[in-house]
Amino acid sequence: MSLDLGVFCKNNLDGEVVEHCFSALFGLAHNSDPSYLDWLMKAWVWTLSVAGLSLTIALILGLLMGTLRTLPSSSALNKFLIWLSTSWVELFRNIPILVQVFIWYHVIPAFVLPLKALPSYCLVSIALGFFTSARIAEQVRAGIQALPSGQTAAATALGLTTAQSYRYVILPMALRIVIPPLTSESMNVVKNSSVAFAVSVPELTLFAMQAQEETSKGVEIYLAVTLLYALSAFAVNRIMNQIEKRSRVPGFIVSTDASLAH
Amino acid sequence: MLSLDLSFYNWELFTNYIVKGLLFSVQLTLLATVGGILIGTFLALMRLSGRPALVYPATFYVNTMRSIPLVMVILWFFLLIPMLIGTPIGADLSATITFIAFEAAFFSEIVRAGIQSVPKGQAYAGEALGMTYGQNMRLVVLPQAFRNMIPVFMTQTIILFQDTSLVYAIGAYDLLKGFEIAGKNYGRPIETYVLAAAAYFVICFSLSKVVRYVQNRIAIIR
Repeated sequence: MSLDLGVFCKNNLDGEVVEHCFSALFGLAHNSDPSYLDWLMKAWVWTLSVAGLSLTIALILGLLMGTLRTLPSSSALNKFLIWLSTSWVELFRNIPILVQVFIWYHVIPAFVLPLKALPSYCLVSIALGFFTSARIAEQVRAGIQALPSGQTAAATALGLTTAQSYRYVILPMALRIVIPPLTSESMNVVKNSSVAFAVSVPELTLFAMQAQEETSKGVEIYLAVTLLYALSAFAVNRIMNQIEKRSRVPGFIVSTDASLAH
Repeated sequence: MLSLDLSFYNWELFTNYIVKGLLFSVQLTLLATVGGILIGTFLALMRLSGRPALVYPATFYVNTMRSIPLVMVILWFFLLIPMLIGTPIGADLSATITFIAFEAAFFSEIVRAGIQSVPKGQAYAGEALGMTYGQNMRLVVLPQAFRNMIPVFMTQTIILFQDTSLVYAIGAYDLLKGFEIAGKNYGRPIETYVLAAAAYFVICFSLSKVVRYVQNRIAIIR
């Protein structure tokens, strides 16, 4: 069996081979119809957009919720915040991501009317972002709890308030500990962005399904899509490794697996 | 402002639409867990064997599965199995094979970590007693490793149960599909999505409580 990569140069309207594979994207031939390769590249951009927006939401909410879970239960407000963040994590990690996508796409806009104006890729990103934030919150909590308790005690002894000790002592160390698990969560976001196909975001998985049906060249199409997913996840991995290297504190050795540390 | 009207939800709807889907999701989860653990254990043993001819294929398989989105794996198998065997197979069977193959990669990582969590002295003691590699694994290392792994296995099974909803991509009739079809037939899509989320939440949340209980009971105190 041989691969027929020529399929990517075909025009996706009538199946004719187009003059330039990259016609539409690079403006080589303004009047020609887009090829499957153009469509594939656009789908890749959609995948990266969904993953990027989701990851941004997930990191902000995950850091917040993970930090709140470790607050000392010294006041009624703290107890409420701990309850809130614990419920958040349990809610968003016990419902399948696909179901959460449907909830954000079909259910919530029916109640919160302004959300109807949002494009579906935003709603999917919110769903994926909230889902991932629960998992990131768990990693952040484990990272904070992996710190020796002497750090918090020292901060208190210096007269720092709770907020100050988080800002200046706990979080700067804990966030470095959680970079390795955050790397794998970030790669998961790229992979999980594939659920966006279910609400018709024209990303890689939807491209794979539709182009496979139109061309019957499933192996070639799937292979290209799979490679792009792997490439994207690998790129995220490299970026996170760079961040980890740059932010390393000289002489400070952290256990590399924060999830085992509690 | 809309409000949720759940009055349409009755026993008839439950038995007609939901039970069938729930049974498939549970069956898929159980088959993938058992099959995944069996194959995953072999993959882990291959990776720990130290023989390149075994290590590299197993490592390649595990890393490939772990770097592809599950939806794409489901689509790949649905495309490739009929091409290889020459006849079309149903979405249900295809999903089962896919999940066993996919979960084997994840379970193998758990088994590998579990085997490595058994202190080296245990394996050395087995060797000192004159046990072969197979005897040592079967009688000394694996029983302790599996005991350590049980909570992680259960957590992975909860994740697996959630992931079975992704068979949506090839149209298999699972729990989510059951709710969706019920919602369409009764003209109540919004309410059924909420019910689907509630059903998954109740199942997964209860199971995670069980895991926490088992975790506390089962830990080996050294």
